[in-house]
This record gives sequence, structure tokens and C-alpha cells, in this order.
Amino acid sequence: MMLDVQELSVAFTDRQEPFTAVDKFSLQMDRGEIVGIVGESGSGKSMTAHALMGLIPRSRAAVTGRALFEGVDLLPLPREALRQYQGRDLSIIFQEPMTSLNPTMRIGKQVEEALFIHGKLSPGERKAKALAAMELAGLPDPEGLYRQYPHQLSGGMRQRVMIAAALVLRPRLLIADEPTTALDVTIQAQILDTLKDINRQEGTAILFISHDLGVVKALCSRVVVMKQGRIVETGPAEQVFHHPREDYTKLLIASRPSRKKLRGGGEHE
Amino acid sequence: MGKALLKRLALLLGTLLLVSVLAFTAFSVIPGDPTQAVLGMEATDQQIAAFRAKHGLDLPVWERYGRWLSAFVRGDFGQSFKYDKPVAELVISQIQVTLMLATVSFALILAISLPLGLIAARRPGGIVDRAVTVLTQVTMSVPNFIMGIGLMFVFALVLKWFRPEYVSLEQGLGPHLAFLVYPALAIALPKSAMTVKLLRGSILGELDQDYIRTAYSKGNSRGSALRRHVLRNAMIPVVTFLAMAIGDIMAGSIVVEQVFGIPGLGRMLISSIGNRDYPVVQAIVVLLAAVVVGCNFLADLLYRVMDPRIERT
Ligand SMILES: Nc1ncnc2c1ncn2[C@@H]1O[C@H](COP(=O)(O)OP(=O)(O)OP(=O)(O)O)[C@@H](O)[C@H]1O
Ligand SMILES: [Mg+2]
Repeated sequence: MMLDVQELSVAFTDRQEPFTAVDKFSLQMDRGEIVGIVGESGSGKSMTAHALMGLIPRSRAAVTGRALFEGVDLLPLPREALRQYQGRDLSIIFQEPMTSLNPTMRIGKQVEEALFIHGKLSPGERKAKALAAMELAGLPDPEGLYRQYPHQLSGGMRQRVMIAAALVLRPRLLIADEPTTALDVTIQAQILDTLKDINRQEGTAILFISHDLGVVKALCSRVVVMKQGRIVETGPAEQVFHHPREDYTKLLIASRPSRKKLRGGGEHE
Repeated sequence: MGKALLKRLALLLGTLLLVSVLAFTAFSVIPGDPTQAVLGMEATDQQIAAFRAKHGLDLPVWERYGRWLSAFVRGDFGQSFKYDKPVAELVISQIQVTLMLATVSFALILAISLPLGLIAARRPGGIVDRAVTVLTQVTMSVPNFIMGIGLMFVFALVLKWFRPEYVSLEQGLGPHLAFLVYPALAIALPKSAMTVKLLRGSILGELDQDYIRTAYSKGNSRGSALRRHVLRNAMIPVVTFLAMAIGDIMAGSIVVEQVFGIPGLGRMLISSIGNRDYPVVQAIVVLLAAVVVGCNFLADLLYRVMDPRIERT
């Protein structure tokens, strides 16, 4: 087993009222698997993802439970040790493609930053790897993009840059936190295809977060349904989609915008 | 150069022209006759007539302005009424101290505000941050001549660290600077306070941005995230502010030169106004305006260079 999350909880302490955003979340993932997390807005999906990546400052929230990656519990690791995993073994792409890139740093430098942090490659070698990752992420003309700045790119392209940056060290796990929610429908379908290709070619496991069960069904083998920080239902994606047990899940399916018909999956199957 | 910059440049020249017109007309309407101020009460009618003819004072204002302008753009700043010397010569003899004072002030601003801003942003709400906040709040609201008088009182009269007597460059660079530090502090402290506040806020603002989270997700340490990502972005408004501050520093030095008895442009400006020596006043005013406007232009330029989001043309 690659990832074994046991009773992960995230309790915020930084506001007036203490707030448990994630409550005893558990999940197991094998290498190369694509697993989905679905849930309504505010159900704790992003906080789960950030907690797994070690991105929640200890001053803001208490993160408890266990998150074993290849047998090592990441949660109690000191910062220095955790850094060795971030961007190398686990990577994340965020919900906000427009603001997740540094506006004053060239695309190329941002894509190869993990190489810079985790290795001792020459600038030439770094660039070659960055260009390969950009190719993998489906970016046209990587050489040209390499010297551009984020504001010159569309949202879809920026998300692909994020994907390239996340994959530059070929991590074993990619956490994709609603990578397409902020993008329009056609771009969404293309990016999902790219993620699928990456999973097939590189064997990268993907923890795919979405509020759209249809998308999750098209992409994932298994799915976890979250509500108010808790898991309410879990199982094979097909089964959860076609035979949901919980009313909450049925509502999630019913509330899908019907316009979003996706290539390579969705309702027609 | 791009269109936007050319436009800016045109605006800059327009501003200077306007300043020169305003200065010129102001001096021809305020009371006080240069003839009397320069020649004294006992001057004969002939002397007065000769003086007025020599300096073209009989001509209408607009014609005098035209002559002045056409000479000015050719580098001829005119003759001083009072000293019968070319204005350029007088200005050059006084400008060194003022430039030195401005340079020392600017260096002090950097030396004080950059480290303090970083430290304050490191732990917002911490002891250092709160101390810095209080200090900046206090110094920011003190005008620099009060600051100058205060420094003079404390360091010259009470502590006796320096004698309140001007030390020129001819007496040695070391002693010269040792004296200038105090007037420079009077100029630099209020500006440093503003810079600290701006830098601190700017850093904290950037730390909150999504791309910092991305930086951490790649395995950046706190230090490297700060160096590689936060600082560059946080410095953009600060650099712009500092470039514009140069103009204020020059303006501040005029006042502070009075307090510390420094024979610079500022003192010359004030005494020339008293003497109704308008060619000198006019030259200094336009020169100072050029520095202020030039610094604004520089700020704009730096902003464009540092922030790729501004269309580079
Ligand atoms: N600093 C904080 N203090 C307290 N509560 C917080 C804090 N940050 C986030 N939360 C809460 O945690 C909950 C979970 O948020 P999260 O971002 O994980 O939701 P999500 O499932 O990703 O939603 P979306 O689909 O809108 O992205 C929300 O109710 C949010 O208000
Ligand atoms: Mg979210």
C-alpha cells in the first residue's frame, strides 16, 4: 500500500470558535491508483488535501491521526524531513490556477523549482526536464512558454503549468484539488484527459478531488464521499454513482449541472 | 522606448515648464524690489536704471520669462543680482553638501528600514513587531525640522556627541560625514518609519498569497520561500516608494539645512529669497522640481522592470 490515512483530523484553533474541518478521515491507496474525493463546498476536501501535503501551519490548526506514505507517517515529521517528500514524492495542484503561480517568476523557473530544491542538476539538465514535464502536461510550445510569465497565460494553461511543476520529479502521488473547477467546460475535459494519460504513462497515483461525482466516476476507480468533514460513503466509483446509499450522495449526483458532458466518460456510458 | 514612457517623459517636461512659469510669475507679484534689496536705500537713480537695464527688469514679465527659458535650456542659468556671478557657479558651489546630505539620508533609510521591516514581518504581533509599530507610528508623525531640533538638542547639547558647527568636506571626509549623519537622521527617520510600515505590510500581504502555498508544496523552506518568492514581490511597492522618496529627501534637506546651519542649496534658496535674488531662486526651484519629477519617472521605470504584469513596451 502506498498511502494509508488513518483517522486524519484537522481542527482549526485560529478563530474564535474551534472548528473541525476534517473529522477522522481514512483512506487507502495503491500505487498507480486514481481515487476520488467528492463533497459539497466546505465539506473539508481541500483541508484533507492540504493536511496530507503538510501545508497547514501548526499555529493555525491541530492535524491529528496518521498519514502513512510508503510506511512513514508524515504528520509528526519535523519540517525539514517533511520537505524531502514535498514536491518529490507527493505533489499537489490547487483549486485556484489563476493565483497559484508566482506572478513575477518565469514559467520555466517555476516548473523546474522542485528540481532546484531537491537535486543538484545543472541549469541545462533542469531545463531539459522542465520542458519534458511541460510536454507531459500537454503544454504546446514548452520552449516558448519557458520564458513567459503567468499573466500571459490563460487559466487552463496556468493549471497545466501547475501540473508540469508538480510532475517534474515524477512523484508517486499527485493530489489534484478540483483542478478544473475554475476553468470552463471544454478545457476541463482536456485537462482530465491529460491527467488520465499521465496516470497511464507514468503510473502516478492521483487523489482526485471534485464536487462533481460524474467527473470522478469517469476518472477514478474508487470514491470517497465527504460531508461536513466526515466520510459518509465510500466504494467503487461506478457503484457509488449508480447505486448511492446515502441521500446526501443522491443529492450530489442530482445537483450536477447537466451541461457538463465530458469526453471519455460521463452519463452516456 | 515605448509609447507609455514617451508620454511620461512629455508629461515630465510639461510639469517642469509649468513649475518654472509659476515660480517666475510668483516672484514678479510678491512685494519687494530686487533693485532696492541689492543696491540698498542710497542708490542713485542712475545706478538703479543701469541695474534694471542690465538685468532686463524693464521688460514685461512674459518677455523676461522667454529670455530666461531660452537661456536656461541652453545651460545658461543667468546672472545673480546679488553677487554678480553666474547662477550656475553659485549653485554648483553649494550643491555638493546637499547631494551628500541626500545620499547619506537615503543610505540611512535603507540601513534602518530594510532589516526592521523584515524582522517585524517575521513574527507579526511579536515583541519586535509591536515595538517597531510603536516607533514607526511616533517617528512618522514628527516633521523633520522638529526631528532635527530634537536630534540637535539630544546629541549636540545633552550628549555632546557632535558640535553644532558645520564641518565641510575640505576638513576631511570622515569628519564631514560624522557631522552629516545627524541632519541625515532627521530626514531619514520619518521616511524610514514609512518604509518599515510599507515593507512589513507588503511582506505579510505576499505571505498570504496562494503562490506561497505552492512554493511550500514544492519543498521550499521558510527561508527559501521568503528569498525566492516573497521578497521580489514584496519589494515592488517599496522600491517605487523609495525612488519617489528621493524627491522628499531633497525637499527635507532644505529645511534641515536651516536647523543645522549647513551651507547647501536649501540655505542658499532661503537667503536668495530674502535678497530678492530671483535668478538664483528660479534656478534652484527648477532644479529641485527636476529632481522630484525625475524620481517619479525613475519610480515608474523601476516598477515596469520589476513587475512583468505591467506591459513592457
Ligand atoms: N482558518 C480556518 N479556521 C476555521 N475554519 C476554517 C479555516 N479555513 C477553512 N476553514 C473551514 O474548513 C471547512 C472546510 O474547507 P475546505 O476548503 O476544505 O472545503 P472544500 O471541501 O475544499 O470546499 P470547496 O469545494 O468550496 O473547495 C470550511 O467550512 C471552511 O470554512
Ligand atoms: Mg476546496
